[in-house]
Amino acid sequence: MDDLVIGGVTIHSRLITGSGKYRDDRLIPDVLAAAQCDIITVALRRIDFDRPQESIINHIPKGKVLLPNTSGARNAEEAVRSARLSRAMGCGNWIKIEVINDQRYLLPDNNETVKATSILADEGFVVLPYIYPDITTARHLVDAGAHAVMPLAAPIGSNRGLLTKEFIAMLIEEIPLPVIVDAGIGKPSHAAEAMEMGAAAILLNTAIATSDDPVAMAKAFRLAVEAGRTAFLAGCAPQYIEARASSPLTGFLES
Amino acid sequence: MSFIEVMDQWKTFDIEGYCESVTTGRIGRILGSAAVSPLDFLALLSNAADGCVEQMAQRASRLTRNQFGNAIVLFTPMYISNYCENVCPYCSFACHNDISRSHLELFEIEAEAIRIAATGMRNVLLLTGESPSKVTIEYLEKSVRILRNHFSSVAIEIYPLSVNDYDRLIAAGADMLTLYQETYNQPRYAKLHSRGPKSDYRFRIDAPERGCMAGMHAVTVGALHGLYNWRYDAFFTALHAAYLQRKYPSVELSVSFPRLRPQAGNFTSPGLLSDRQFVRMMTAFRIFMPSAGITLSTRESAQFRMSILPLGITRISAGVSVSVGGHGGNGSTPQFEIADERNAPEMCSDLLAAGFQPVMHDWNRALTG
Repeated sequence: MDDLVIGGVTIHSRLITGSGKYRDDRLIPDVLAAAQCDIITVALRRIDFDRPQESIINHIPKGKVLLPNTSGARNAEEAVRSARLSRAMGCGNWIKIEVINDQRYLLPDNNETVKATSILADEGFVVLPYIYPDITTARHLVDAGAHAVMPLAAPIGSNRGLLTKEFIAMLIEEIPLPVIVDAGIGKPSHAAEAMEMGAAAILLNTAIATSDDPVAMAKAFRLAVEAGRTAFLAGCAPQYIEARASSPLTGFLES
Repeated sequence: MSFIEVMDQWKTFDIEGYCESVTTGRIGRILGSAAVSPLDFLALLSNAADGCVEQMAQRASRLTRNQFGNAIVLFTPMYISNYCENVCPYCSFACHNDISRSHLELFEIEAEAIRIAATGMRNVLLLTGESPSKVTIEYLEKSVRILRNHFSSVAIEIYPLSVNDYDRLIAAGADMLTLYQETYNQPRYAKLHSRGPKSDYRFRIDAPERGCMAGMHAVTVGALHGLYNWRYDAFFTALHAAYLQRKYPSVELSVSFPRLRPQAGNFTSPGLLSDRQFVRMMTAFRIFMPSAGITLSTRESAQFRMSILPLGITRISAGVSVSVGGHGGNGSTPQFEIADERNAPEMCSDLLAAGFQPVMHDWNRALTG
């Protein structure tokens, strides 16, 4: 079986989805069923711990791994406090570190992310940090005890695909942790391309949540992620500039 | 550097003259390009853009969905005092108006908070008149502390404070600051605010920046449309937001475009912008600043609010009372007449029917410290 193991948990599906931006939270269970994903990320700022009966968490089926994220945190300290609150309120010990200091492009602060990862990993959290794809940062995250790295493909919500492809490829090559491509994936073909490169999984939200038919789009992304993964395992054919004839002209020399 | 210095750079610029010179060809080029400069934004406010209003709306809607999805955050205002030392002729609370004055004691604030929270509202906006002798920083601090216990997010829309005082309110639990300049035009501002603490234009215009410096998570700026030329005020509102976003990139910046409503007193507006102009202003702003929030108040009618929701709105009020103690049903004179009376459940069901997700909770208390 081609399973992914993170923090000791076996993950069957390599598609991770978010829970924000839907026109109606009640769509979430159907989307998750179509995506067949095991992990779902939820912004802590959308969880109302004071009114659990009205919380977005109620729309997430049992048996899924909840990956709360620290969206809204501007520095390591706020991310750490958010993670501790999340665990104390029963959201488990998985945390996606999201430290954003830039509201215009929503790009992560890699330095603060490393700091928060180090503190939370020491406290026993399964830490999945969202980063700009920078190999030095990724190496620091390995040392800090991260369980995966989550480089962005393009700015959050931009749907622009693998703008950072070359740098993500370096992480896949060099970093001994699952590389989960997060943010900017706009089409199933983007997801398939990242999986063909050897990404461990894809996290995406906007492209499904803001689609006219989120359930159908979730299915399309599931199929794309499976196709990309299968192609990666099969070994994608190398690319050449010139054509290579299926019936070579010099075959007679070999006979 | 202050935003005043940005405004100074435009001091001799003829805004109306420029808008008259804009051609439809120029509008086409702007709408065809990815980046929009301040002058491009101003061009989109010109009459030459009027024929492109649908194209602008389509782009604004797409940008908003990508950035914010289908989520609309709900909030409700809570007035705690209408004592005021200012003379704003467009506001019922002005000190010369003979209205019933009211000032909530802390236990009354708690009772009002419990009533609002019972409607399901989790985001509250605290408002007050400007009377530093009655509405002291200590009173505000205690009020915020009380509200913090009943709501997930506490925003303030109060008179301008020093960095230190904003610090105190943040420590008490405030996370958002809203402050409107009323009009960015200094001579007009001076005429409308001839006496009282609000006559200090500079102290007010720098207040949102002081809020950013103090560490507010979110800041909203804007002008009250109907006091001066709408293009002028829309232009400087956008420049103000862009200036703050560039200088304080971690702050969630928003704008609002409130239009003047009937109020006590006999103020007559020199001219209100039409619905069509309003839509152009709002969509032009969304195209100029795709990541900024846009707040919409009950100064607009229910029908108009629902129509413009898809074009860029990210926050909307519901269950609104604009009088002190108004959520208990016995409020004093309202600050102005509201145009949308829907309560929180009605707003939620209307949003869902229109394809939007009403977000009651959008704050993580661990972020407040």
